[in-house]
Amino acid sequence: MPSLDDLKKRIKSVKSTQKITKAMKMVAAAKLRKAQESAEKGRPYSKKMQNIILNLTKSISNLENAPKLLVGTGKDEVYLCVIMTADRGLCGGFNSNICKLAKNHLKKLLSERKQIKIITVGSKGLDQIKREYGKYVIKKFSFKEKKQITFKEAEIVGREIIELFNKKEFDKCIIFYNNFKNVITQIPQAQQIIPAEKMDLKDGDKQEEQLSYEFEPDEDEILEDLLPKNISTQVFKAFLENAASEQGSRMTAMDNATRNAGDLVDKLTINYNRSRQASITKELIEIISGAESL
Amino acid sequence: MSENFFVEIISPDQSILRSEAAEVTIPSYEGQMGILKDHISLITFLRPGLVVIKKENEEKKFFIEDGIVEFKNNNLLILTSTSKSLESLDKNLLDTIIKDSEKKMSDEGISDKEKYLLSHKVDTIREIN
Repeated sequence: MPSLDDLKKRIKSVKSTQKITKAMKMVAAAKLRKAQESAEKGRPYSKKMQNIILNLTKSISNLENAPKLLVGTGKDEVYLCVIMTADRGLCGGFNSNICKLAKNHLKKLLSERKQIKIITVGSKGLDQIKREYGKYVIKKFSFKEKKQITFKEAEIVGREIIELFNKKEFDKCIIFYNNFKNVITQIPQAQQIIPAEKMDLKDGDKQEEQLSYEFEPDEDEILEDLLPKNISTQVFKAFLENAASEQGSRMTAMDNATRNAGDLVDKLTINYNRSRQASITKELIEIISGAESL
Repeated sequence: MSENFFVEIISPDQSILRSEAAEVTIPSYEGQMGILKDHISLITFLRPGLVVIKKENEEKKFFIEDGIVEFKNNNLLILTSTSKSLESLDKNLLDTIIKDSEKKMSDEGISDKEKYLLSHKVDTIREIN
C-alpha cells in the first residue's frame, strides 16, 4: 500500500502529463487543419499530371523507344525503397505502420532474392529500419528544421531518385507513405513510381481514349521533360499526405492519452481518499481503545 | 453561343485560378501560342514567360517559369510549380532573379537548352520591369 504522500505525488505527476498531452492535442488539431487543407489542394495537381501522362502513353507508338522512366529498364533485379516517415514521435502508430509495411515488403523482396536499396525520409523511420536493414540504407533525408514542406524539398528527393536511376543503380522504385483518409484512418501505402504503374481505367475514361492530341514538340520530348517532374510530384504528394496523416494520428493518440490520464487520475484520487479515510479511522480506533483501557 | 472556355491553373500546393476565358496566350516551348475556343486537343510544355488570360475587357497575367499545358474538350489546364500573378511580384525580387539567371548564363557548363530557358526568363522579367 503506497503512502498518502506517494499517492499525492503520483496524482500530481499524472495531472501534469495530462496537461502536456492536452496541449499537444490542441497543437496537432490546429496543424492538422492546415495540413489537411494543403493535402487536399495538392491532390488535383498530381492527379491531372498522371492523367496527362496516361494520355501521352496511349499515343506513343513504339514502346521500345519510350523513355526508361516510363517503361522501366526491362530488368527486375534491384529495388529502391523510399520510406517516408515523420521527424517527430508521439503520434501513435503512424511511424510504425509505415515501417511495418515497408519491412514486410523488404522481407518479401529479399526472399525473392532481389537486391534492395533504401532511402529514408524523416528520422523516425530511419531509427526503426536501421536495426534490421541498416546496411541497405544508401541515403537519408531529414527536413526537421523546415517548418513547412514545400515543393522544393520534394524536388530534392525526386532529383536524387532520378540521378540514381540514370546511373542505373536500381530498376524499380517504390515509395512508402501514409495516405490520409480522415482524421482517424490513415492507410499506409506502397506506391511504385518507377516504372510508372499502370493506372486502372474507369469506364468513363474510355471515351477519351479516342481523342488524338497535338503535341508540341513531339511526345518523346514532352515525356522526357514531364516524367522527372512527375516523380517529384508524386514525392510531394506523399509528403503532403504524410504531413496530414502525422497530425491526424498525433491528435488521436494524444486525445487517447489525455483520456487515459483522466481515468488514471480518477482512480488514484479514489485510492487516495480511501487510504486517507482508512488512516483517520485507524487513528480514531486507537484513541477510543486507548480511552477504554483506562 | 459563348466564345468562352474554361482555364485552370494548378500548382502543387493549390489551385491558383479557375475561370472562363475568351483567349489565353501561353509561352509554349517553341513560341508564343494563342488558344481560342475549340482548339484541337493539345499537350505542350512551357518556357518561362507570361500567361495572359483575356475575357471580354478583363486581362490577367501570370508569370510562369515552367509547366505543362493540356487542352481538351474546351478545358485548358496549366500545371506549373512556379506561377505568380503579376501584381504580386515585387521589383526587388525580380532584380535578384535577373541577377541569378545572368550569373548562371555566364557559367560555361550549362547546356544550350538551359541557356535558352534562362534567356527567356530574363527577357520576360525585363519586360515586366
